Amino acid sequence: MIQTDILIIGAGPTGLFAVFEAGLLRLKCHLIDSLPQPGGQLTEIYPKKPIYDIPGYPDVLAGDLVDNLLKQIAPFKPEFTLGERAETIERDNDDQFVVTTNKGTVHRAPVVAIAGGLGSFEPRKPPISNIAEFEDKGVTYMVRNPEEFRGSKVVIAGGGDSALDWTIYLADVASEVTLVHRREGFRAALDSVEKVRELNRRGKVKLLTSSQVIGLSGNGKLSSVVVNHKKMGGTEIDADYFIPLFGLIPKLGPIGDWGLEIEDNAIKVDTFDYSTNVPGIYAIGDINTYPGKLKLILCGFHEATLMCQSAYKRIHPDKKVSFKYTTVTGIDGFKDE
Amino acid sequence: MVLKMSDTINMVAYDREGNEYKIEAPTDMNLNVMEVMKGSGMDVKATCGGMALCSTCHIYIISDHQPEGPGEDEEDMLDQAFDVEDNSRLGCQLKIDSSLDGLVVKLAPQGS
Repeated sequence: MIQTDILIIGAGPTGLFAVFEAGLLRLKCHLIDSLPQPGGQLTEIYPKKPIYDIPGYPDVLAGDLVDNLLKQIAPFKPEFTLGERAETIERDNDDQFVVTTNKGTVHRAPVVAIAGGLGSFEPRKPPISNIAEFEDKGVTYMVRNPEEFRGSKVVIAGGGDSALDWTIYLADVASEVTLVHRREGFRAALDSVEKVRELNRRGKVKLLTSSQVIGLSGNGKLSSVVVNHKKMGGTEIDADYFIPLFGLIPKLGPIGDWGLEIEDNAIKVDTFDYSTNVPGIYAIGDINTYPGKLKLILCGFHEATLMCQSAYKRIHPDKKVSFKYTTVTGIDGFKDE
Repeated sequence: MVLKMSDTINMVAYDREGNEYKIEAPTDMNLNVMEVMKGSGMDVKATCGGMALCSTCHIYIISDHQPEGPGEDEEDMLDQAFDVEDNSRLGCQLKIDSSLDGLVVKLAPQGS
């Protein structure tokens, strides 16, 4: 079990900066994020886009801001559980929270700060009416173990890097690979596009462009998909597996069932300290809501700062917080344990 | 004193259930179609806030309007949307100006 002072759910900019403010108060943090890397939306959606409203930076690339935050919080030795989604929360007999991820990793802390942004990123599922029936029975939204597809007929849909990368990889594994894409052009890296076209010329990959998968059928297990061509209409092709790769989309997910007051997909907080209706659980950044809320990184930083003051009082009810400027005290990082 | 009304356009948007929203939108506030649809209470997630990075404001243009585009970024992002047709656009990339007066759009299916 992982024990910490403040368990932060979400490793976006707000969650990362909370580590710094907690560190100044000698509180240790552990972060959980469903994405495989820290940075949240900044890293996942727009790493190369400039941000212009971070005080002191006339402009900064989202990816660079995340790198700087990681550097800024490094002295406080944050620890991460990445690629796992916080699933359940319980309060134990010592008034501590126990948070378990979808992969079974258990975390324990007296304070939980939800900095979950728009929620956890999950694969975008195509609007095919019976798709849920075939999930894990031929339909899969990510490739975990490519060997699973050995000797099978695989249909992949999408036009981005992951769709093309897996098409190339599975061309040598599956007995048949078909890539279905809605238009002629691809947004993926040029050399992978070229590779797929080459595999297509050599007959190793079937390429169906200006097409989309609109139907699935099978008896208990997927056996074919219906591909609709923009002009030529529908054709049915045999498929053991259908892998739609349409990127990730954030969803509030299990946090919505944690007994917190929710309004419009966001967690209601008290602006005094960004506490939720459950004492000990705070919500900061894009995931919270209050009168006048603005979803800005700079507001998330402010919220994280005030949250840490309140968290300190909860963790050390007998101590007084002595407020000091970093200019006076410098940064006194944590020693290795 | 008579306050000068800002210039506005009228547009109609249909949600995924076919409900009609009559929207009056000012042309001088640097708004886009996604923002005015969301502002009218329509279920537009607008996850990325209008950067053409998420495709949650995917709409079909039903009227004869043919706004400029889609650009490369928008095409790339439409790849992540579903049921993309020739009249598909991202609402966030359509700036509200006088050329869009009378625009009729429909929200595309969302997937889940």
